Amino acid sequence: MSSYRVVADTAICQGHQLCQGEAPDVFGFDEDADVVRLLDEHPDESQRAAVTTAVKYCPAFALSIEED
Amino acid sequence: MTTISPGSMTAIPEVSTVLDDQSPEVPAIIKGTGHLPEMRVDPIRLFHRVREECGDIGRFRLADKQVVLVTGADANEAFFRAPEHVLDQAAAYPFMTPIFGKGVVFDASPEERQQMLKNQALRGDMMRGHAQTIEAEIRRMVADWGDEGEIDLLDFFAELTIYTTSSCLIGKPFRDQLDGSFAEIYHRLEHGTDAIAYVDPYADIENFRVRDEAREQLVAKVQAILDARIARGEVPREERDLLDVLIAVGMDADYITGIFISMMFAGHHTSSGTASWAMIELLRHPGVMADVVDELDELYAPDADGTAPEVSFQALRSIPVLESALKETLRLHPPLVILMRLVQEDFDLLGHTIPAGTVLAASPRVSNRIEDDFPKADEFDPGRYVDPRQEDLQNRWTWIPFGAGKHRCVGNAFAMMQMKAIFSVILRDFEFEAVQPLDSYQDDVTKMVIQLAQPAKVRYRRRQR
Repeated sequence: MSSYRVVADTAICQGHQLCQGEAPDVFGFDEDADVVRLLDEHPDESQRAAVTTAVKYCPAFALSIEED
Repeated sequence: MTTISPGSMTAIPEVSTVLDDQSPEVPAIIKGTGHLPEMRVDPIRLFHRVREECGDIGRFRLADKQVVLVTGADANEAFFRAPEHVLDQAAAYPFMTPIFGKGVVFDASPEERQQMLKNQALRGDMMRGHAQTIEAEIRRMVADWGDEGEIDLLDFFAELTIYTTSSCLIGKPFRDQLDGSFAEIYHRLEHGTDAIAYVDPYADIENFRVRDEAREQLVAKVQAILDARIARGEVPREERDLLDVLIAVGMDADYITGIFISMMFAGHHTSSGTASWAMIELLRHPGVMADVVDELDELYAPDADGTAPEVSFQALRSIPVLESALKETLRLHPPLVILMRLVQEDFDLLGHTIPAGTVLAASPRVSNRIEDDFPKADEFDPGRYVDPRQEDLQNRWTWIPFGAGKHRCVGNAFAMMQMKAIFSVILRDFEFEAVQPLDSYQDDVTKMVIQLAQPAKVRYRRRQR
């Protein structure tokens, strides 16, 4: 049971796909809509550093982490 | 004859007037244009006053246009989330058309062009190549610096960013045919962003004559390059750049110049101004400068077997202290102080109906300094971006140096990489000092494109390492 949730705002995602480079198990890509697709909303704690980096460097500020 | 009804524009407070639009110092062409004369001399004071007097939603007048200026998280979010067909970018910036060229008509909307730019030149997998290009351009610029000397920040960074943007967006063969005169002429184009354009972008005034002459000179330069390419004949595919492609489809020099200007515009004065202000803020805050230099020295220190990371590699990765200083520079000195949209159909904004034909605006300059979101907002404090404060991510609708939402600057990752590369090179090889009073470095705010006022000189000395 992980203690955080990943949120992706697809209304403002610009499809840069940088998040996939940081955490490929958490972030996928919806080719048709050209936006991020969450693969795992509740990633394991071991993914936290990578997810945090993805949130910080998202060029569209479309990602966030919510603590449960 | 106006009808006053609740919910109409009259419910939105209008900001006071401090410069009478009939006063003798106001040029005849903009007499009677409401707040336009003030926006032309002190836009920043005007935008701040809108928030101070009117709150999150206030109003001023530019000739026949009502401008509703929003600030604060809720109003900014509504502004940045509005669909494209409701808020139109291009129509809100009448000063851009004569700069791009009257004949340059794009089949694509600004949104589509932004998407194309992202897909073609700013793709994640192209960043490594861009980083190498940028590092090489910086080294080329400082190659003849010697051990000490003086530079003007505007001249230096405006020239450097002409080379980096032209090389990355158009291609290296084209960049190699440019010299410092191209940057000087390009800079004069920006005189065309005089707010008088809100009355008539083709008015017979000095700034627009300077703009038109500069544009003709740029076309002549592109024409000469184009003629030489045609005389040279075809080259192998891998040696071609965007210019060859545009020549091949039959475009003339005037049209091609317009395309190049429009491609380079968003990335040029913005990056040039940010690099200059970052240097100025580091000189104003020697403790931060020392931290940044320490970080870079450590990062690039050779390891046991003598290998050190390359700038082009590291600039794409985390450099936390430098990044925080750059973010804080962007917060205090956003290159664009106002973002405007023309309302295409009646738009509901937090209980107000904004009628079609109104200009709706957000101000990075004002929102970035909201005291509730950024305590001691006028102070330069890179500590804001350190965990757990993260005042950029915590305030994603008011920390808006790159705008926000779907149309947040698509070049922001490119821009941050460029800044990291520039400072990685120059701060490791040189140390800098101010040669004029620290508070004398100021912006020239008399155009919509804000530039550093000259002189803005600094001294460099090669570091002994």
